[in-house]
Amino acid sequence: MTAAVTAPPRAVAPRAGRAAARTRRRRALLWIATHALAIALALMFLAPVAFLVLTSLMSDEQALTSDLWPRSWNWGNYADVFAKSELLRWTANTLLYAALGTLLTILSSVPVAYALARFRFRGRRLAFLLVITAMMLPPQVVAVPMYLVWARLGLTDSLWPLILPMLFGDAFSIFLLRQFLITIPREYVDAARVDGCSDLRTLLKVIVPMARPAIAAVALFQFFYCWNDYYGPLLYAGVAQEGWTLSLGLATFKAFHSVQWNLTMAATLLVTAPVIIVFFFAQKVFIEGVTLTGVKG
Amino acid sequence: MASLTHAAPPRRWRGEGPRALLWLSPWLVGVAVFFVYPLLSTVYFSFHRYDMYSLEFVGLDNYRYLLHDPRVATSARNTLWLVLVMVPATVLFSLTLAQLVTRVKAGAGLFRTVFYLPSLVPVTAGTIMFVYLMNPANGPWNQFLALFGITGPDWFGDPAWSKPSLTLLGMWGCGQAMVIFMAALLDVPRHLYEAAAIDGAGPWRQFRSITLPTIAPVLMFSLVTSVISALQYFSQAMIASRVASGATDSAGTAFAPGYPDESLLTLPQWLFQAGFRDYAMGYACVLALLLFAASMIFTLILLRQFRRAEEDS
Repeated sequence: MTAAVTAPPRAVAPRAGRAAARTRRRRALLWIATHALAIALALMFLAPVAFLVLTSLMSDEQALTSDLWPRSWNWGNYADVFAKSELLRWTANTLLYAALGTLLTILSSVPVAYALARFRFRGRRLAFLLVITAMMLPPQVVAVPMYLVWARLGLTDSLWPLILPMLFGDAFSIFLLRQFLITIPREYVDAARVDGCSDLRTLLKVIVPMARPAIAAVALFQFFYCWNDYYGPLLYAGVAQEGWTLSLGLATFKAFHSVQWNLTMAATLLVTAPVIIVFFFAQKVFIEGVTLTGVKG
Repeated sequence: MASLTHAAPPRRWRGEGPRALLWLSPWLVGVAVFFVYPLLSTVYFSFHRYDMYSLEFVGLDNYRYLLHDPRVATSARNTLWLVLVMVPATVLFSLTLAQLVTRVKAGAGLFRTVFYLPSLVPVTAGTIMFVYLMNPANGPWNQFLALFGITGPDWFGDPAWSKPSLTLLGMWGCGQAMVIFMAALLDVPRHLYEAAAIDGAGPWRQFRSITLPTIAPVLMFSLVTSVISALQYFSQAMIASRVASGATDSAGTAFAPGYPDESLLTLPQWLFQAGFRDYAMGYACVLALLLFAASMIFTLILLRQFRRAEEDS
């Protein structure tokens, strides 16, 4: 750009003018190539969802053919999914797991992140490293003893073994909140202390209002983690279908309706749609939250 | 004000230890109950045969079996493939997408949304979708390939293609990493590129000498966390196997994990099968310790990185 502006008038140096024109042409070609690639990739990203929708509307017979476009639009497939599975029950279970899990995670993780970010104490760094270690721990490592504990408490065949641990803080949420809280200048906390605020008051009146975007991001992530969780419910929800979550039920749907790809696709769409809808309402919170997880340290 | 707080920190902070402990205590209880206790208990059970009814001390038998268990070798090979192919493929692809979106002038927000959205699709839904799209009988993906004269394989049903199929699924859902890379790329000072362009550096040279060094910590972070996720790889493989093989998904039904032909078997799946379907819980604990050791290696790399970043700031 600078080259074009400072280029001497053409009469003086025709070669420079040609060079500028060449740069412009190259830049235009690059612009076209970049956008063409982006559009092609975007279509590839959207295609699976498009085929999902189209197949979900086909008749039973047509869904078995290699047709891509529905000959008739069978909106009744969606009603069929509700009729042929416990979808409503699974939705209720999933909502309970996700809502309660999110609430408990926020209540238990914010104070921990606050302590890690604000107090100076010996072992502060060690505690932070412990958070990261817990965050990276594969859930399967502790599965056997934990399962036995929950079984002894009579809580297996329910979602409580997944919900109750969130009373004690979730490592990923603590990590993300801490990353945000350390960016709040210490002067705010000190000022509150000078005003005679207790730690609790400082947290509620100063920190929480400032950390609202991070708390919103953590809430959304945790909600979706629970909504999408497959491993946890597979381990604990038991064999009775009434206790399943959406992801668990959906994974079996195909097995019970093996020749009906249309119904399977309709069920898949019904499980996915809420996530997409929430995303469009809270896009900014998502993007800011994800960006926070990538902070360097 | 600011200088005052910096001048006299030790005195001020002396009293904060007990208060910090108070605030941290619920979480510390959680760490003890959900991390330390089960880890020690896992070690204990690893020396026993246990099926939820009878407990029998067997010494190192479970460990000895580990060395001869063909499924451990198979899962290790599969995981190595995931680490060497799937992880670099998805990380590089998300970096490429991030580069693309930060360069696009028209509709950048729209492209970002389109590329990010699939990462929010529930794992179950995304996997089932891909098994359908790539099924050899009437899947649109092979029809698309046929336009170019390519006869597509039986993706999720062919041991040679099942892992590449899941890699495609992973690339489709790499939006989180893309957003992180976008933030890192936008942090690179623009004037460096302008200076390099004046010096005649081409795009590749600019990427190597300016972009890469700046985003190196973020790239490293992304690679290490991806490797740890690859070690834990469970849901996608399990669901793909079950949907593609048509097996039902409930306790007690015969299901060979890793379909087709154990090509998707990973350690966490074998652990799940051994512990909660075959009730060989002592042996499952040995597998758990193996998984723990493997992920701790990479967690330590990550911790070292965090410590360095902390010292820099």
